[in-house]
Amino acid sequence: MAHEAAHESHTGLIWKVFIFLSIITLVEVVLGIYKPASLHLSSILGTSPLNWIFLILTLVKAYGITWYFMHMKEEKASMRRAVVWTSIFLICYLTALLLIEGSYLNEVMTPYVKWDY
Amino acid sequence: MEANVATTKEQTWGGGDSKPLGSSYGKMMIWFFIVSDALTFSGFIIAYGAMRFKFLETWPIADEVFTHIPFIHGNFPMLYVAFMTFVLIFSSVTMVLAVDAGHRMQKNKVAWYMLATIIGGIIFVGSQAWEWKTFINGSYGAVQMHDGKILQFVDETGHQITLESFVLANHSERAQHESNNGLWFVSETALPEFTLAEVTAAFKANPDIRVRTEKIDMATKSKEILSRESSLNYLAEGKAIVKGANLKANEYGTTLFADFFFFITGFHGFHVLSGIAFNIIIFFNVIIGTYEKRKSYEMVEKVGLYWHFVDLVWVFVFTFFYLV
Repeated sequence: MAHEAAHESHTGLIWKVFIFLSIITLVEVVLGIYKPASLHLSSILGTSPLNWIFLILTLVKAYGITWYFMHMKEEKASMRRAVVWTSIFLICYLTALLLIEGSYLNEVMTPYVKWDY
Repeated sequence: MEANVATTKEQTWGGGDSKPLGSSYGKMMIWFFIVSDALTFSGFIIAYGAMRFKFLETWPIADEVFTHIPFIHGNFPMLYVAFMTFVLIFSSVTMVLAVDAGHRMQKNKVAWYMLATIIGGIIFVGSQAWEWKTFINGSYGAVQMHDGKILQFVDETGHQITLESFVLANHSERAQHESNNGLWFVSETALPEFTLAEVTAAFKANPDIRVRTEKIDMATKSKEILSRESSLNYLAEGKAIVKGANLKANEYGTTLFADFFFFITGFHGFHVLSGIAFNIIIFFNVIIGTYEKRKSYEMVEKVGLYWHFVDLVWVFVFTFFYLV
């Protein structure tokens, strides 16, 4: 891949990805400042829709950076899988364990926190 | 099958020119590093998540903490950190343009893009230093209770107010400890501007002021504001005045909030700093023509991968500290 791409410029694609990432960041910032009540105060699958939007947009940004800036797209599929699947699997695993643990701690602790003085 | 197919035995034994996963040794190693570093960062951010879940009902609201932009007074949540994010994304763009120019062996372009990347990195680290300074100095001041809870003060509209705006200091209680007239091996940080007694007295004298606790009302996602009577009951349990943030206490709420902020943004900032150092080394190598002689700009690609990774981590830090 690297040999064929040696003389070909990706400048146009790079700027397109930049604009794409900027728009996503802008959307996040605007949502973060205005926090529309319908998205912020309701709850879906354990957290607010606003939080889900932020999480998904973050993953989209991460994809953009990894695939186009880190040139993951041009690596061999085996290389890509070795890096991406390993990380995603371990991160999901740790997230699941620790967030379950965190909620459990919350459940156990909350009744003992004093709020009447 | 494409992963690693050796062409001849001699080559394989000598290291050969077979490239596992189609990647050169150097790029493979930087990817190894990136995966392990990504897991380190995930460990930190997930630990932060676990503690946030634990203190779900009391965690500080980011929009009320990070509200400053340099040179302008007022309440501007998100804007400064959005600027920092743009700076870092843009420096990622100049980095990838440098890599792209390197593929085409355009030495001058690589050098200029590297320089732009370094400048972007320096702006980012400088901004982060300013963010830390603002966070450490604090803006409102609060009372810490004996059990560690933080009490903030709000006016009749529910907006937070500074201690200075209603408390009068009379500096009666005690003098600052100095090593030349006390214990020479003990040092004391600056005494808070006000004492708890002064704050309580001022609170009693201003009927419009009320106390806001750390507790979040989940229906409105805002902090609970107490009535005058219970405000006084809470204040009676007060222990100390807190201004700004350190690792032991902070005016924003749970101690862990500041601890994780310092630890994770600090660790990330240190990565950016080392990234700048690497970029500067490679930048000079480009200028003196090292890679021109080597006929390959792969080193630029490798520091580029590190730099994009730092950007990638920031995307997550931005989400979990400022947005969610």
